[in-house]
This record gives sequence, C-alpha cells and structure tokens, in this order.
Amino acid sequence: MRGMTIAEKILSAHSGKAVYAGDIAFCHIDKMMAHDANGPIAVRAFQQMGGSRVANPEGLYIIMDHACPAPYERIANLQKMMREFAHAQGATFYEAGEGVCHQLMVERGHVHAGELVLGTDSHTCTYGAVGAFATGVGATDMGAALLTGKSWFRVPQTIRINLNGTLRSCCTAKDIILTVIGRLTAAGANYRSLEFYGEYLEKCPLADRMTICNMVVEMGAKCGFTCLPTWEIQADADADYSRVLDVNLDEIVPSVAKPHMVDNYAPVSEVAGTKIHTAFLGSCTNGRIEDLRAAERFLKGKQIAHGVRLIVTPASRGVFLQALQEGIVAELTKAGAVFFTPGCGACVGTHGGVPADGEVAISTANRNFQGRMGNSRAFIYLASPETVAVSCLTGYITDPRGMEGGSR
Amino acid sequence: MGKTFAEKILSLKSGRDVCAGDLVTVTPDYCISHENCASISQTFAKLADRVWDPNKIVITLDHTVPAPTADYANNHAIIRHFVKEQGIPNFYDMNRHGGICHQIMCQEAYSAPGRLIVGTDSHTCTSGAMGAFAVGIGRSEMASVWACGEIWLKVPETIRVYVTGALRCGASAKDFILYLVARLGAGGASYKCIEFCGPGIADFSIAERMTICNMGVEMDAKAAVCKPDEKVFAALKAREICGIQPVWADEDAVYCETIEISLADIVPAVAKPDRVDHYAPVDSLGPTAIDQAFLGACTNGRLEDLRIAARILRGRQVAVRTIVMPASCKVLEDALREGIVADLVAAGCTLMPPGCGPCVGACGGVLADGEVCIASSNRNFPGRMGSKKAKIYLASPATVAASALAGEITAWKPEEEA
Amino acid sequence: MTGRVIKYADNVSTDAIIAGKYTKTLDFQELAAHAMEDLDPHFHEKLTQRNIIAAGHYFGCGSSREQAPIALRTAGVACILAKDFSRIFFRNAINVGLCIAECDTDLIDDGDEITYVPGDGKVVNHTKSMEIPVLGLPQIMVDILEAGGLQPYLKSRNGSMEE
Repeated sequence: MRGMTIAEKILSAHSGKAVYAGDIAFCHIDKMMAHDANGPIAVRAFQQMGGSRVANPEGLYIIMDHACPAPYERIANLQKMMREFAHAQGATFYEAGEGVCHQLMVERGHVHAGELVLGTDSHTCTYGAVGAFATGVGATDMGAALLTGKSWFRVPQTIRINLNGTLRSCCTAKDIILTVIGRLTAAGANYRSLEFYGEYLEKCPLADRMTICNMVVEMGAKCGFTCLPTWEIQADADADYSRVLDVNLDEIVPSVAKPHMVDNYAPVSEVAGTKIHTAFLGSCTNGRIEDLRAAERFLKGKQIAHGVRLIVTPASRGVFLQALQEGIVAELTKAGAVFFTPGCGACVGTHGGVPADGEVAISTANRNFQGRMGNSRAFIYLASPETVAVSCLTGYITDPRGMEGGSR
Repeated sequence: MGKTFAEKILSLKSGRDVCAGDLVTVTPDYCISHENCASISQTFAKLADRVWDPNKIVITLDHTVPAPTADYANNHAIIRHFVKEQGIPNFYDMNRHGGICHQIMCQEAYSAPGRLIVGTDSHTCTSGAMGAFAVGIGRSEMASVWACGEIWLKVPETIRVYVTGALRCGASAKDFILYLVARLGAGGASYKCIEFCGPGIADFSIAERMTICNMGVEMDAKAAVCKPDEKVFAALKAREICGIQPVWADEDAVYCETIEISLADIVPAVAKPDRVDHYAPVDSLGPTAIDQAFLGACTNGRLEDLRIAARILRGRQVAVRTIVMPASCKVLEDALREGIVADLVAAGCTLMPPGCGPCVGACGGVLADGEVCIASSNRNFPGRMGSKKAKIYLASPATVAASALAGEITAWKPEEEA
Repeated sequence: MTGRVIKYADNVSTDAIIAGKYTKTLDFQELAAHAMEDLDPHFHEKLTQRNIIAAGHYFGCGSSREQAPIALRTAGVACILAKDFSRIFFRNAINVGLCIAECDTDLIDDGDEITYVPGDGKVVNHTKSMEIPVLGLPQIMVDILEAGGLQPYLKSRNGSMEE
C-alpha cells in the first residue's frame, strides 16, 4: 500500500477505505462545533432538511463566542435559539463569556489526535495542534452533518513544512506562521493539508502550536497539523507531499501582515514607526495565558502611550482566571489595558472595540481584510503579542527586540 | 423664612435671594457629558468657536465602550478631536482612568458640597450624594452652556425625606430607594428637589448615598441630595480638595412635603416589570425564574456592590448568565486588588469593561425575547436592555447575587448562611 | 444562463462580500442588502442590468460564513466565475445552489455578455466571440448543484449522504 499523509490516514479511517489525495471520501464525523454566528443558519438548514434529532449529540458542541455578551437584540435572540437547540438535542453548550470556541474545544479536551472534526468556523483548523483533522464548513454542510453524522471530502494534497533551527529572542510562533503565509501566499495552500515538523514543536507549548494551526486557513488550507512524535497518528515515511518547504527558525524575525491581506508580509523593522490608535490582544490565534504573560512582561509597571487603546480579550474564562490569579489582569489594567469578556471580541468586528475611520489597529488576531474589525476604513496589522505590547508602549509599531521584556 | 438646599444654593449661585418658583441664571461649577458630546459639539459649533471654560467641562466615554460599531467608534473619534481642539483637560477615555460619568464625577470629586453640576444624562442627580445640586439637562441646553457658561433654572420646591433607624441584615440602600420610588410614584417628585437627611442617611456610605440620589430621577426629581458630612469631606480631603463651603437647608425651611422613613421597615425588594415604581418585597413574589443577572450601572456598580456579590458568590456557581460591570476602572482595580474579580469570575460571572453596558442596551448583555433579567440598575422600561418582550426586575446587588445563584429571584438570607 | 458581467479583482474576501457585523441574522434579504457594501457601493445598481460576477484569484477568501454566497445569491447573482476560489466559499456556494465555476477570467471584462451552462465545460463570451474552458467539478458537486443545493440533494436521497 502507498504511504499516507496524516490527512489521508484520518480520512481513510473515517471512510472505511483507503483514500488518497484527490479521492472523494464519505466520512463519519467524530465531533462537530457550531457557534452563535454561523450556527443558527446550520440549525435552520438541518431543520429544513427534515432533521429533528442530530445524529451524534455526544459529539456536538454549541458555543456562544462571536458576540458576547449579546450586543444587540437580534444576536440575543439567535443565541437563545442556539441555547434551546443545544438543550433540546443534548449537546454540550458553552454560554456567552466562556470563551472562543476553538480555545474551549482544545482546553476542555473535546478533540483528540486522529479525530475528524467539523466546525462552522474557518479557524476550526486550530485543532490540528492536537492532531485532529479539523476543518471549517459552511452552514449547509454542517446542517447535513448534523442530520447524517457524515460529510464528504475531497482528500487534500499535503504540503510538508520543516521548521528547522531555533527561534531567536522575542520571535514567536506567530512570527513563524506569518512568515510561512508570506512565503506560501494567501491562496498557496488552498484545498491542501499542511504538516509541520521540527524539534521546535516538541519544545513549544500547546498554545504556540495552536497559533500555527489556527492560521493555516489563511493560506486556504483545509487542515493543518503541528506534528509530534508522541502522537498515535503519524504520516508514513513514504507519504506523498505535493510540496516541501524548509523554514529556518533562526531567520525568523518579528513580523506583521500589513493591511489588507494576511500574506502582505513585512518584518516589523520595515513598518516600525507606523502610528497606531488601537491594539487588540486576544482571539483564537493569540488569546492564551502564554500570550497574556508575554504582554505583561513588556507592560508591567509601565503605561501604554497616550492616545492608544489596548483591548485584551482572554480566549476563555480559564485563561482569564489564570491571568487573574497570576496578577496579570491587575498589571495590564494598571498599564492602561481594558479587559473585554472572553470570546472573539474585536477580531470579528461585531462589538468590543471597533476602530474608527482611518485608524490603525495592531492585532494578535488572524485576519486583516478590509472591514474585518467592523470598519472598512480602518487599517489592521497582524502581529505577535510581544510586538503588540511594545507597540502600545511607544504608540508606534515597534520591534520587540531590544525592548525590556525578553523572550517567552 | 428659612430656605431649602435648592433655594440656598441657587440664591448663592445667582447672587439673588430666591425662593421656589423663581427663575435664576447661574454658571455651573461643572458640566458633564458622555458619548452625546459628539452631537452636542455639532450644535455647539453653530453657537461658538471656543467653550466658555474648558476646565469646567468633564467628558467621559461610558455608554459604548469598547466601541461596538464603526459609527460608535467614529463618534468617539469626534469626541477625542473636540476635546483636543477645545483643550478640555477632564476627559476620561477608555483607559485606566475611565468609567461611568456619574461615578467619575463623585470618585474624582468634581461633585462637592455646594457645587452646581449640569449633565446631559438623566442620572446626573447621582452627584447629590456629594452634596452637590446636580441636574440632568438636554443636549441643546448643554451646547448653550458650553458657549456662554450660563443656564437658567427654575428654583424647585423640595420634598424632605428624613431617614431614621438601621437597615436589617440583608436589606440595602437600593431596597430603601425602591421603596421610596414606589411610595412617591414614578412622577412623584416632578420638577422637585429631594433632600435626604437624618441619622439613617448619615450612616450610609457615599456609595449608598449615590445609589439613593441616582434614582431621584426615577421619581422625576430635578435633583436629589444627601446632607454632606464628614464622610464627604474625608473623600474630598483624600483628593486634596479643601476650602469647600457646604450648603444645606435651614432648620425652618419650607417643604412641599416631608416624609419620614425608618430603615428598620425596609425589606429586600424589586421593581417589577415594566415600571420602576412597580414595587414588591422579594418575599412576596411567587417563583420567578431568571435568564440573566446584571450587577453594575451608575446605581450599583461600585466596590461595595461587588464586595457583597463576591461574599454571596464566593466558592459557588451561578445558575444563570451573570454579567458584572464595574462602574469605573478604579472600581475594577480596587476589586482586582481585593480578589473580588477572581472570586466572581470563578463563580461563573462574566466581567465586562467598566461602563454602562447592558443597562442602556447598547453594547453587551442584551436580552432576547421573553427573557427575564434581574438587574442592579435603575430602569426597567420595556426594551431598556434589548428586547421589548424581555422582563426586567430591579433589585439590590445582594438580591441580584442571591438570585443568580438560585436561578430565580431570591433575597439574600445572611442568617441562613453556614 | 446568459447575462452580463460585473468584474472584480483578486482576493475578494468574505468580509468584503458580507461584513461580520451583518452576518448574525436569519433574514437573507437583509444579508443581500449589505452584500459587497464596502467593496462596491454600486453593486445593487449594477445587478439591475447584470447578474454574473467574474473575479480574479481567490474569490471568497476568509471566513466559513455561508452568509457570503447566500447574500450574493439572494441579491440576484446567478453565477460567479473566478480564476480560483477559496475552498470553503466554493463549497458553500454549491451547497446553497449558487452556480460557480473556475476559468480564466482575464478573458472576461466588465460588461461582457456571457453564457454558462453547468456541465458544458465552457463559458461563451459573446462580446468577445470566444469560448473559455471551465474547470470540471467532482461528480458529487455536479449532483448537488443540479439538485439545487445540498438541502434538496439530501432530501432527494432520503437524508443519506452516499448513494
């Protein structure tokens, strides 16, 4: 038998036959996740297909995160609908304020290596950090999966990315993935699976692996894996890769994605000095305790620059509690940060810190399309928590290297 | 003939000897506006180029922070620009100094005994807790005050509320004011000033007096004021404000009505939907399930309010969505220092950034159709917190916390705690 | 279908098609009303005369929000042609029965009249008198599109995904 990639193995295991890149596979889905933004249309699609009971309520997670607590009546009503649906179906339900769906799915141990997971959110690919084939789908696909417990897949080709060497001080997983996106481009992994390898991944915390997997969809990827030798699921040595990319971590520098495309790569040094108005630390990309700690290291005992607004949105209640216990919330608040309710917050432009016309935002999130944060006349730079923190101190996009604070 | 507080302060400010019913033209000591500053600034631009005195204007961003939409964000940008252009030093942006305007006025001691405050928010009367004569006004009126530094006022008649006795354990200042609102009725103090005095008021903290004065406007009062005392002067001293000449009513002042209330008679109560004077003792309610609890607002978002909630919720889990919103960043910082925030978050509460939040239905914690909320805020009109089909019960922080635990409206019974 | 073309450039994101702030609704007419709002203020005006979108690379990049193809379909878009699409958008469009195909859109200009019949393997550009080959779809997508979307497709198969 031909060697298989992780994607091929997982889709084979879930379709009951050996499938390879390009094949169409009908697969049993282990876990499904729906949130308050796209979930309601999925529920309606499910109902319009004649569904009354979902196929696998034990594997269904319904999470309120995109607009929490509900900023206006219509969202309040949609959340009520999802709450009632979850309770009626016996699904696991996370209330508004518990956190970002992807953080909760991983943090609460709902997804595992080798599993096949669908979510009504493009960043569902984040669970590749723990070895799940996890991919974002639209509402109708989700509705069909709720009904049948299955979905169809075109088995993706896989790009292998070798992360060689060691990260330098103040350089992070976010800088790695921004660099990779810059090289592969925003459509460079469309329909593909990505497998990341390297000693770095064995040493870095899960948080950093999640940051990397989170952004594979920004290259169009269907899924991504930050592979560990300890996983039960491993690609075969003779697996077929459509492309192999070598990345030297020693060469990674603090990076940004400039407005308005995520592959509009620049080293921070190239955009240093750009005046910022608002900063966002949070999201499924970088809202974890490690990210908050990194910001605290730079901001402790200092004040953010006059005229800069820093909004911190922990990725979950667990992260928030941990940050409270470690005194990070108090320190960042004293430095001038405003803490917003755990959830997606400002990343999705529905509430929680929309920039004004012409304003520049620096954000730890994953998208900088025009209008992403709720205002098409704003400019969004994506960066690491370290870069966001030091930029808040100076009021300008600033390279964290050489600033007091140091490495993770 | 003796004068009421309102008559005295307006005589003092106008330089004339005036009585209830007279019209005066006066210069406010401070003017407070929030997000409506953006709209006021546009009206102002048609009247004048420069404000009469930038040091007398206080601006806060509190109704829509962090901005939930681009329009609100642009509104904030207009305000920041106006503040810079006019050189207004007392600007409270969304940062560590910010908070709800009325909280800022008292906390930062813009409000002080004998001061005249006007604000473009109906709950401006909150500043009466510091002994100020504080009146809510409209936007056009404020634009004109900014331009010329003067406003005309009619000297109001006054209702005197004399408070004796001590609260029973479990009852609070909020229960007292809910009782009074019901007794006088929602329009019961229309155009009038309410003076609060007596040993019961003296025993209340400034935070409690703010809760009481805050709801003066719910009886349509023009102003509400508590007799200033050493608690107020200590607070001023802490802010290094000295030389304040307190103003208070004469012993023989003439009142249109005098009410005496003993705090011993006050029980935990709610204002039922959809009127603020729709009073009921909590124990008289049948089983009332709730979907959401809200602790915050200019009525009850202070450290003392968060403290009582933390005492009730510590080590337990709330049964419903519970939103906690400190009234200012200082309140938040103090609560963080005391470990209150960690206790509340561990109990399942959702913390929102300091501001007005769900109380005004503009950015967070909005209710769905048919939902029931218990709130520590000051208004329960249909649609106040989102859906017109939602029901809002107003209550004290203790009742809100106890209800959040139970999932239905329940009074806090400290005697039943182990 | 035959119609005239509204042309867009590369990388039209789901945020451009329908901003996140508008997605939280089940009212598809409202989604349609805000479609392409920031990208093209004249979109709805153009739709009164034209009903086919042709775009460059990577149309629909970004979110998994199905509100994007729903907004376009409800607004009156009959067909979208692009050099390539973002994966999730592509699948969502088929699932909601919105005709979508990959071809060399450099050969199509704003205002051109074209004809495309799904399954024909080509777009006919009448204005330029040329035929443009179209990338084929997997059979299951052809079936779903022919059924009018995933909902009718599943219904026609008694709720079963496979044959």
